[in-house]
Amino acid sequence: MSATPSLRSILIAPLIRQNPVTLQILGLCSALAVTTSMQTALTMCAALTAVLVMSAGLISVIRRHIPDTIRLIVQIVIVASLVIVIDQILQAYLFEISQKLSVFVSLITTNCLVLGRTESFSRHNPPLRSMVDALGNGLGYSLVLTVIGAIRELFGAGSLLGWQVLPTVEQGGWFTPLNLMLMAPSAFFLLGGLVWAIRSVLPEQVEELEYHSPDDPEASA
Amino acid sequence: MSELWSLFLRAAFVENMPLTFFLGLCTFIALSRKTGSALGLGIAMVAVMGVTVPLNHMIYKAVLAPGAWAWAGLPQTDLSYLKLIAFIGVIAATVQLLEMVLDRFFPAIYASFGVFLPLLTVQCAILGGSLFMVDRSYDLAESAVFGLGAGFGFAVAVVMLSAIRARLSYADLPQGLRGLGITFILAGMMSLGFSAFAQMVAS
Repeated sequence: MSATPSLRSILIAPLIRQNPVTLQILGLCSALAVTTSMQTALTMCAALTAVLVMSAGLISVIRRHIPDTIRLIVQIVIVASLVIVIDQILQAYLFEISQKLSVFVSLITTNCLVLGRTESFSRHNPPLRSMVDALGNGLGYSLVLTVIGAIRELFGAGSLLGWQVLPTVEQGGWFTPLNLMLMAPSAFFLLGGLVWAIRSVLPEQVEELEYHSPDDPEASA
Repeated sequence: MSELWSLFLRAAFVENMPLTFFLGLCTFIALSRKTGSALGLGIAMVAVMGVTVPLNHMIYKAVLAPGAWAWAGLPQTDLSYLKLIAFIGVIAATVQLLEMVLDRFFPAIYASFGVFLPLLTVQCAILGGSLFMVDRSYDLAESAVFGLGAGFGFAVAVVMLSAIRARLSYADLPQGLRGLGITFILAGMMSLGFSAFAQMVAS
């Protein structure tokens, strides 16, 4: 494993620097839908990370035996089988949460994050490295979901993980819940703001301008 | 008939796939840079969803639903947990078939779709459409209308977003907001706008 990035850096890089959600634009679909409360967000994170790590391991083990032409189908079938297992486990032990997540657990199958990582990393790397990479990406995804879930639950319902942090007006307190936080648009705004914040701290992630005006000094540089 | 029409409007506007259910966001964000490609993606979505949702409905009813094997003396058999694999298979096959048919008979349309057709296999909105169809137990006509409506809603949203992004490409944005950041905020505003449709169809 010389001349290639160490396991540690494979694990750390996707947390913020190469974050799958805010930089690679992978796995957005589920990231926003399940973040109305922290509980659902955390369950989703656990489910996705489990599927991601297991599928990366499995695909990496058999990577030399998958014919190139049908690799997408093989990968999808492996991922779908793992998702079915996770879905059944959730329905058996965490029925209420699985009702709230509804189709989004099944939709891990088509989560671009899973296929993206297996396609770009597990296919060329030995099992241990692939699983570490998958774990790192899963954790990076979880980080974003947890932050957004916490903000939405705190301001939308005044609670965190079901604990009432800010006493709402209905309970005799002072806090008026912001209903907008629980609706779809706020998820987009928060994620946009998060991307902005990360890119202000890490300017190397800023995207290039598509067009330059003729008298723009950046264009001649 | 009017019920089907209101289902279509609901699937297209009130329950817009990318803007209210966040489904298919990856392609929604990634392919809305140019209006031309957004239009191609939108048309492909209408075609694929209009075909796969009713097809999956027939397969689910005939093979997978609880009690579907009652005629063979197996009334207890419940294969519905296999729906995920079956649906993905149907979607992959449909996309492949559509690609081959278009390539053979309508090469101009095929060329305009470009790379988007194969990508649609792993599109969350398409699989999501089929799963919603099972969740809400639509019948055959309803699921066909639902598929077309959801695809149409996606097409409208993605073309609108790409038009706004094209306008903004000359704008002087803060550095951190360029590209992805502003796209999310635009999508949020569109989502706010689409939530005004919520009262359009009585549920």
